[in-house]
Amino acid sequence: MALVKDILITMEYGPAPEAAGEVLAWLKARGRFGHFINGTFTAPGKTFVTDNPATGEKLAEVTQGTKADIAAAVAAARAAQPAWAALPGHERAKWLYAIARHIQKRERFLAVLEVLDNGKPIREARDIDVPLVARHFYHHAGWAEMLADEFPGAQALGVCGQIIPWNFPLLMLAWKIAPALAAGNTVVLKPAEYTPLTALAFAEICAEVGLPAGVVNIVTGDGETGAALVAAKVDKIAFTGSTEVGRLIRRATAGTGKKLTLELGGKSPFIVFADADLDAAVEGVVDAIWFNQGQVCCAGSRILVAEAVEADFTARLTARLAKLRLGDPLDKCTDVGAIVHPVQLARIRDLVTAGQAAGARLVQAECQLPAKGSFYAPGFMTHVAPANPVASEEIFGPVATLTSFRTLDEAVELANNTRYGLAASIWTENISLALDIAARVRAGVVWVNATNLFDAAAGFGGMRESGFGREGGREGLAEYLHLPEPKPQAEAAPGRLDAAPVPGAPAAAGIDRTAKLYIGGAQKRPDGGYSYAVSAGGKPLGLAPLGNRKDIRNAVEAAHKAAGWGKATGHNRAQVLYYIAENLSARAPEFAARLTEAGADGGEVEAAIRRLFYYAAQADKYDGAVHATKSAHVTLAMPEPFGVMGIACPNAAPLLGFISLVAPAIAMGNRVVVVPAQSMPFAVTDLYQVFDTSDLPGGVVNIVTGPRDELAKTLAQHDDVAALWYCGSPEGGAMVEAESAGNLKATWTLRNRDWQGPGAQGRSFLARATQVKNIWVPYGE
Amino acid sequence: MTPDATTDTIPRNPGVPLAPDWFERIAVNTPAAERRAASLAGRRSLKKEWQAAWLVNAIRCMDLTTLAGDDTPDRVARLCAKARRPLADHILAGLGLDDVHTGAVCVYPTMVAPAVAALAGSGIPVASVATGFPAGLMPLRLRLAEIRYAVGEGASEIDIVINRALALRGDWAALHDEIAAMREAAGAAHMKAILATGELRTLRNVYKASMVAMQAGADFIKTSTGKEGVNATLPVSLIMARALRDYGARTGFKIGFKPAGGMKTAKDALAWQVLMMEELGRDWLRPSLFRLGASSMLADIERQLEHFVTGRYASSSRHALA
Repeated sequence: MALVKDILITMEYGPAPEAAGEVLAWLKARGRFGHFINGTFTAPGKTFVTDNPATGEKLAEVTQGTKADIAAAVAAARAAQPAWAALPGHERAKWLYAIARHIQKRERFLAVLEVLDNGKPIREARDIDVPLVARHFYHHAGWAEMLADEFPGAQALGVCGQIIPWNFPLLMLAWKIAPALAAGNTVVLKPAEYTPLTALAFAEICAEVGLPAGVVNIVTGDGETGAALVAAKVDKIAFTGSTEVGRLIRRATAGTGKKLTLELGGKSPFIVFADADLDAAVEGVVDAIWFNQGQVCCAGSRILVAEAVEADFTARLTARLAKLRLGDPLDKCTDVGAIVHPVQLARIRDLVTAGQAAGARLVQAECQLPAKGSFYAPGFMTHVAPANPVASEEIFGPVATLTSFRTLDEAVELANNTRYGLAASIWTENISLALDIAARVRAGVVWVNATNLFDAAAGFGGMRESGFGREGGREGLAEYLHLPEPKPQAEAAPGRLDAAPVPGAPAAAGIDRTAKLYIGGAQKRPDGGYSYAVSAGGKPLGLAPLGNRKDIRNAVEAAHKAAGWGKATGHNRAQVLYYIAENLSARAPEFAARLTEAGADGGEVEAAIRRLFYYAAQADKYDGAVHATKSAHVTLAMPEPFGVMGIACPNAAPLLGFISLVAPAIAMGNRVVVVPAQSMPFAVTDLYQVFDTSDLPGGVVNIVTGPRDELAKTLAQHDDVAALWYCGSPEGGAMVEAESAGNLKATWTLRNRDWQGPGAQGRSFLARATQVKNIWVPYGE
Repeated sequence: MTPDATTDTIPRNPGVPLAPDWFERIAVNTPAAERRAASLAGRRSLKKEWQAAWLVNAIRCMDLTTLAGDDTPDRVARLCAKARRPLADHILAGLGLDDVHTGAVCVYPTMVAPAVAALAGSGIPVASVATGFPAGLMPLRLRLAEIRYAVGEGASEIDIVINRALALRGDWAALHDEIAAMREAAGAAHMKAILATGELRTLRNVYKASMVAMQAGADFIKTSTGKEGVNATLPVSLIMARALRDYGARTGFKIGFKPAGGMKTAKDALAWQVLMMEELGRDWLRPSLFRLGASSMLADIERQLEHFVTGRYASSSRHALA
């Protein structure tokens, strides 16, 4: 027995275990879990065991979901959805409010259960996860209430399949279910195989509040169950997990019309400038990579520190590391708990060993690891060359890399030297520097002098191979809504691409005209040296260049060089768009005649001029928001251009279709590589002179004529193209979505439509041309 | 109780000439400091015997204080009796301890003599505030004279207040000179420099004033007089702890820390000790390097300890008044 007089000498903290009796009794009473389908638990099927990673002991058995289970759950969700969506927003708000309240009333139960199943420290489950879960349902109760006012005309998607990871099991459930329900969707959610228990407890809470049957369905299982859900008749898949699985889902859903959001991996930079509060930055590392055992997709896992303070910072970090307490996750003094599963532990060990073999040095806390359970002592690695696997691979454990930089430009270069783009943390006392870096870093979430701040009112989500879509805030809710699509219209079948001479059919008299490609602001001959004959109604109109892969490559390179366009003011971009309209207007009769000659509608020209005016007007008006998150925090939601986008135009409305897609994209600061209407490219090749006289910087709009689907495929496969719009056939759309899985570019496959109609322009085009970056700036002196 | 052997052999800080480059460009991020301070209590928890021991330690590190206009020699004597015997005998016995006393008694200069008399033979030092406490705006000559007076009366610790006007104007050289003169006047008595952080307002100012006070030879840095609008807070204490850590790293001298004012509960006593342990380490849980300037806190600690010993919730009416 510990004696007070002895403790007075050592001043140790002693054990402070959170009691788990209530939760263990619940687990014992339930024993084996079935799925939660249509408001009730099914009888357990073939089960698997879920363990406590801190002890290796069995907690419960849960059912391996089959295709039939998924089908039953989807059917229940489908049956429940119309009535759920038809409820007045206020009624859905009341349900979400009840869920929020019940989560608060069960807060300790849920926190302890999460700790048992996941291994995270009780402090984190109790002080971070569960309060954020309740906050998320409260926040979305509000969205349900206001939906009709705030998103006029928008509709629920239907049934949403949701697949969540094991690192924040209940919180990720909340991020998925709350917005889906608020928007009028019903859900089938599959929790992670390692951590299904809080989802099952949540199912009981749904039953406890009396949520209508079928609105929330939970099916447990492994990756195969997830694959069955992806393949099921759902209207949306929302996935949080690894980039690898994200790619599989992208391919599996290609062409199905299922809306998709992916929250994937990261290797987020944590940038410490010389003028930073170094102690604060050290605490930041604690809350970044040593939070949740480093099993955090947005963890600041790449520490970049200014050379001037590297030694000082490393010394402070090493001293702080020694203070971390690793051990029983239920102990209230534990900072670092258990790794979720032995498989993950082995992965962390392997990666760190590989990093050491490649020259990195590991600084690791000298803590005593418990005799049993999955534990890994936290640390960080120095001497990490960029080519070292640990510099680019997500370790997903409590080990950061530490690299120095000399200048802020080098810091940005290193920060962006990754395939990911989830989050970034910036440490400096200079607000000008902080916001400069925040603007230049490619990440969906940026924290200034902070890390891992979350709130339901802010959007969270990545760029690049960290996925697309946002969760939280207005931008997150929008992912669960859609506006009714305009009616698709058949487009003309693309003509043959004759690269051989077509004798006996002379084009118009007069001087021969030569259409070329338009790359980097200059007219270029096609790489292949071929042209194809363009005709209308059997009448030859001329020869157009037959673009190929290399032309696409050159066009993408030229587009990257025109990076200044994204930094220009909205006003500057508006001026250029207005000027294009002005110069097009001056030549309107000529363009109209050319369109008419090709059998198209000469009225496209006037419509195109109006459209250019519309997006010129939007260029400096489609802007962001300041989210209401925490007190004394400015949380900026800034729409940013993707960068380089590909656009494949419809084979109809050769001028207006092109302008309708290109104008919103460049108005928002993107540079584009465009494949114009295959059968009538001259409406666009004639525009080069208009562009040249309208101050459009070279490289902002690049045009490659030729076989649309083939060129679109090259664009889809191009790793340096960030987004791709494809207007064409369903088969082409499926191809574009599947091929885009390589770098997980954001895609929009749209059907040909009435380009003079109301569905051909609007803010939804601008939303598709941008991704929201949330920048958190806590303030106070 | 057994005094632990490493206590009270701390070499005194002789100070250094003013070195503005140690603090002039200091970066302190206030929201980050507030986050750290706010999360500390949730990161460490003390239960049962450990909580009891840490509460007893808080008593050992307490400067039991009365600094009121209506202080009288008898009132001070009563406080001293409580300092000698802060816990009722049955609580002490229940804890398995045979002697606990406070770290010091802290009074006004004119109350030093009665306090010294009341504490005779206890080994408990008497601390006196001085230098025109609490505002510190008397002429320097008088402030120094007051220190000498208090030392002459028998105070072995002097809690001086710094000249906030100099700090707010950034006149660090003048502030350094004043504090160095005070340290000289204090002689063998240990000097605690009260920064009145609630009036310095920013954490950067707190860090700078802390560093100047240490460079001028302070043995302790102390947050507050207890008379400012805002007294001891965890973020301020965090920054002062980091300042004295940095001073130690440069000079090798260990400086003590004393939060004062506004701390009333046993929970506060634990929170500040956790801060010391996490930011500085075990040594800063000894009275030689850590004091809690408090008066009403003791009553709450005694009630908590009685609950620990008896299992019943306590009434302060059954405990001796301070």
